[in-house]
Amino acid sequence: MFKAFGKKSAGIMELSGAEILIKCLQAEKVEYVFGYPGGSVLFIYDELFKQTKVKHVLVRHEQGATHAADGYSRSSRKVGVALVTSGPGVTNAVTGIATAYMDSIPMVVITGQVPTHAIGMDAFQECDAVGITRPCVKHNFLVKDVKDLALTVKKAFYLATTGRPGPVLIDIPKDVSAAKCKFEYPETITMRSYNPVVKGHPGQIKKAMQLLLDAKRPMVYAGGGVILSEAAPQLTKLVKMLGFPCTNTLMGLGGFPATDKHFVGMLGMHGTYEANMAMQHCDVLVAIGARFDDRVIGDPSHFGQVPRKIIHIDIDPSSISKRVKVDVPIVGHLPDVLDDLIRLIEAGKQRPEPKALQAWWAQIDLWRTKNSLRYDRKSKIIKPQFVIEKLYELTKGDAIVTSDVGQHQMWAAQFYKFDKPRRWINSGGLGTMGFGLPAAIGAKLANPGASVVCVTGEASFQMCIQELSTCKQYRLPIKVVNLNNRYMGMVRQWQQLFHGNRYSESYMDALPDFVKLAESYGHVGIRIDKPADVESALKEAFKRTDDLVFMDFITDQTENVYPMVGGGKGLTEMILAEEL
Amino acid sequence: MQPTAETTPMRHIISILLENEAGALSRVSGLFSARGYNIESLTVAPTEDASLSRMTIVTSGSGDVIEQITKQLNKLVEVVKVVDLFEAPHIERELMLIKVRATAKERDDMKRMSDIFRGRIIDVSEDTFTIELTGTGQKLDAFIEALGRSVILETARTGACGISRGQRVLRI
Repeated sequence: MFKAFGKKSAGIMELSGAEILIKCLQAEKVEYVFGYPGGSVLFIYDELFKQTKVKHVLVRHEQGATHAADGYSRSSRKVGVALVTSGPGVTNAVTGIATAYMDSIPMVVITGQVPTHAIGMDAFQECDAVGITRPCVKHNFLVKDVKDLALTVKKAFYLATTGRPGPVLIDIPKDVSAAKCKFEYPETITMRSYNPVVKGHPGQIKKAMQLLLDAKRPMVYAGGGVILSEAAPQLTKLVKMLGFPCTNTLMGLGGFPATDKHFVGMLGMHGTYEANMAMQHCDVLVAIGARFDDRVIGDPSHFGQVPRKIIHIDIDPSSISKRVKVDVPIVGHLPDVLDDLIRLIEAGKQRPEPKALQAWWAQIDLWRTKNSLRYDRKSKIIKPQFVIEKLYELTKGDAIVTSDVGQHQMWAAQFYKFDKPRRWINSGGLGTMGFGLPAAIGAKLANPGASVVCVTGEASFQMCIQELSTCKQYRLPIKVVNLNNRYMGMVRQWQQLFHGNRYSESYMDALPDFVKLAESYGHVGIRIDKPADVESALKEAFKRTDDLVFMDFITDQTENVYPMVGGGKGLTEMILAEEL
Repeated sequence: MQPTAETTPMRHIISILLENEAGALSRVSGLFSARGYNIESLTVAPTEDASLSRMTIVTSGSGDVIEQITKQLNKLVEVVKVVDLFEAPHIERELMLIKVRATAKERDDMKRMSDIFRGRIIDVSEDTFTIELTGTGQKLDAFIEALGRSVILETARTGACGISRGQRVLRI
């Protein structure tokens, strides 16, 4: 079970904690570590320096390290690894850890800690890393003895990637990284207290099948779990086989091809009219890797006014019947459960009733005629939606798109049609401004051949703007699409709609000249203020394959994201865009 | 909407087996505060297997909330098993040490009262008794009520611990 590293002569050789850590990362085939050095991690950095297998990416702020590791993971399904020092290194990293936690991203975060004898002494750059991060990690460890280090790293990677994934933190005191011991890396691991369910219950799957086949107005609602568990092929097969309508959550975009006729668009607060109406009025709903959160179904009591049967498939039992009571819960790994479900349907003779399904589609098509994503295409000011549409056309829907948080995020989600998983990378749960650029760094390193675009806004972008320097150092030709409306657009939209037009502190005054700013970092900057120039600017940017190009699109200040379900409102209580 | 077992808050005793590791307790208590669940009492000590601790939490919540509590507890990596004792017949006990004023003329009365409640006097001084009393929380409350606040100098209660009746056991 144990494989000895180092000298063959029965492990006489002792390695330092720092060496052991690096050997563990190598054994886990870690390609990149995103980090920032400091006092408590000096021994670890010293060992990083002595080898080439694990490459280090130096960010400019620890928040950037965790977001970059996160973007790396989301775009590649590998574990993202971040390394930061004690104290402020840890506290800066917390935002990125919480972001990953809310979206269930497998990450291992290694933090330095003051020496064990100094813990609790209010030492320089000391903070209780394990205590501070406890509510926003899947699990965390403080390694007090170098003998426990290898096993702890093994556990961390195992926990991060299995069951419902999530970030795991390992806090390593400086003296532990210096202390020596024999090194063995366990190849497998079992933990008696941790046994995530994999196979779905056959009886429940059978019940689900029957409900689906008897449905008159079925609806498939799929979330981020589909992306995380690589269940997109199974989901696509199931939906097409049954001929049911399918919606994706913000986190689930790309889990089902957006250009397929069965796709009714994203649902939720800024979902399409047809997706939200179908969600509310279906008679059988199957939720797959989704969690009925407040931005998706709005007010649960309003949602519950319409009787419907709900099947909920998820790896995490605590996500089931949390906000909405379900009829057929199935806990399991999505690809396995969906495979079982597909097999069961294929083996039987019954098929969905074509007449009922036809009538249901006719209703959905009627809802579609509302054209809920309409916007003024003749505007003389650049409409942000138009920029995203052009971006979609030019990249043929095949770019990896990261985003920050706010209006631009919603427009990217609405107007960029994601046909494949792991192309859409955004902070859905925590809603972290500043996520987009560092996430793009991770995505670009994981996918050097892909076009990586960061769709952002002038407010969000400034929250991690320092990472432009990282992009320069590692020559990452990311394309930044800045939808610059000189407002914190989403805040302004809520203030307009719900706070009597009082734009309290949502105006961004004293903005930098983004073109000059990009240039000062050694990148290319373009300002675009006419709709006619949008396409040519994008073309020019993508032609520059070796450069980071910052495109500052001066967009309509008053544009809002529609449809919109106000906070706490029912899913069908949508505010729609003005008629054109 | 008619109140149902799912929606009406009720008292529950949740027993947890968890790894006897530093920080495990704070993960559990942190979960309760982070998600806004009640803790009426919490007790914890190692079991006969020193690598495991058993924790007993008295909480209150509707059926839906208790379901979430047990699911969330199960999700904690260090938690091995979770049981809601209210699912089946069970026994619960709490221990109280109570120091009361017992001067010469009160001593007989105090002794009698302690006997009625099957308490044991475990420490005596010139004008105090310390009584040990075991029972359900209600019994301990009743004893306090019967004595009257004015004679009580100090109380120390452990919080409830509980166990299922009969064949049901909580172990790995």
